[in-house]
Amino acid sequence: MSAVLKPGASTTVSARSPARAKPALLHPAAKPLLFMLCVLPFVWLFYGAVANTLGANPAEALIRSTGDWTLRFLCITLTVTPLRQWTKQPALARFRRMLGLFAFFYVVLHFLSYAWLDMGFDLATIAHDIPKRPFALVGFTAFVLMIPLAATSFNRAIKALGAKRWQALHKLVYAIVLLGLLHFFWMKAAKNNFGEVAIYAVVIAFLLGWRIQQRLGFGPE
Amino acid sequence: MHLLKDRGFAVPSSEVTSRDVYEGRRHMLKLLAMGAAGATLSAWAGRDALAQSTTVRPNKLAALPGSRSSVGGTMEKLTPYQDVTTYNNFYEFGTDKSDPGRNAHTLKTRPWTVAVEGEVKKPKVYDIDELIKLAPMEERIYRLRCVEGWSMVVPWMGYSMSELIKRVEPTGQAKYVEFVTLADPKTMPYVGSRVLEWPYIEGLRMDEAMHPLALLTFGLYGEVLPNQNGAPVRAVLPWKYGFKSGKSIVKIRFVEKEPRTSWVKANSGEYGFYSNVNPKVDHPRWSQATERRIGEDGIFQKKRPTLMFNGYESQVGQLYAGMDLAKYF
Repeated sequence: MSAVLKPGASTTVSARSPARAKPALLHPAAKPLLFMLCVLPFVWLFYGAVANTLGANPAEALIRSTGDWTLRFLCITLTVTPLRQWTKQPALARFRRMLGLFAFFYVVLHFLSYAWLDMGFDLATIAHDIPKRPFALVGFTAFVLMIPLAATSFNRAIKALGAKRWQALHKLVYAIVLLGLLHFFWMKAAKNNFGEVAIYAVVIAFLLGWRIQQRLGFGPE
Repeated sequence: MHLLKDRGFAVPSSEVTSRDVYEGRRHMLKLLAMGAAGATLSAWAGRDALAQSTTVRPNKLAALPGSRSSVGGTMEKLTPYQDVTTYNNFYEFGTDKSDPGRNAHTLKTRPWTVAVEGEVKKPKVYDIDELIKLAPMEERIYRLRCVEGWSMVVPWMGYSMSELIKRVEPTGQAKYVEFVTLADPKTMPYVGSRVLEWPYIEGLRMDEAMHPLALLTFGLYGEVLPNQNGAPVRAVLPWKYGFKSGKSIVKIRFVEKEPRTSWVKANSGEYGFYSNVNPKVDHPRWSQATERRIGEDGIFQKKRPTLMFNGYESQVGQLYAGMDLAKYF
């Protein structure tokens, strides 16, 4: 879902540069293993919902946790490109799409658990609730913006759009992660409790700041 | 989901015939014989009322006996003790609702004094054990509605605040009551954090504080208050959002001007002095029309409608006659 796809760093090319990549990253089990890791929070939440180990307010726990994991996966996805450059491991790019799609997976769960557990799937109530609350509106906007990114994540879509347009579209992830952070900030503002928000803000500022610095330092590519 | 619910609150069969239950039953029978509960009893009898109305002590803390009071009586299902004591807002011990249950063991509830001062003829520093014996202890089953949109039903132990207020004889200048709660950085890890201004301050208008529903509370479920629920003494104001009910009170001041409460200081646009439960006046960031009953409403169950003044409108509505409740939220 991250945008800055540089020529020579695309999945196929990097996969063909075994000389620079550690064999582990190219191992056939690497992607399935990562998939298993990414699905763990879901398994844990699903188990918690069934076994009722999510505390006194399981609905709230589900809504919050899926939101947390969306933001975490957005950050992890945005870490792939910088990490790839620092470690000189272009093969890391292989995992970016899956990570981005997991961010989408968790945001869908987040929205569904809100719509179902909080709103009882009452569309009229949801349509009334979201615009009324800036914090919900911001979160909902971020969710809607993620849909075209997920929808154009497969190879044929990249080809159909052309690399340039695809990249331009996927730059939306920067707006999405900032909206996600604002959504989280606004939610936590209820308790003037910004400790956790500050951590995400620092991580996101770093990830986006690094990209700005790349731009300024090396000129537009 | 409901069938799977077991958070360790299942009562072993050995408990069923415990002394408390037996005494509770006798208390019920006495009430029946006296007809004290009047017409409502016929409704009780139609339900599993006997099992319900007898609060089974969890046997975790010291007993705090008291007689069941019909004031504000609700026949709704009690929220399990486990949930009442693990899902709390008590920011001095952390802002996550599971924090107080984990952190509040450091609170020292003895020795403890409550200073009653300000516009009163008989100011006094009460020792907590003296305060407990000030008036007969009653068990009151109240709904508790949190401003965050969840609710519980809790069997509190205490007596009407008016019992204390009458004894200290407020002067004509006493228009409001201010509750100051403990702010001890040594035992309360989050005192000093910037979440709120410490000590936590709450307040009531005099007529609100004198209302029989306003409870000076020392226990729940037939035992003394667990630390995370505001030991050793707290306020319980069932028609207001939960945060109005200050925990671990150390000072009760009678004042002329409306107290600046902690939440008003933190965010006066979102929290007002009155903070009466009102489904028609939304919080700026969420609807107050519905609520989730903790421990009872299943995970996939629709939220239940919130009642005006949390269902206590017939008792407290007249306190606010003629007031614009959207303005004085």
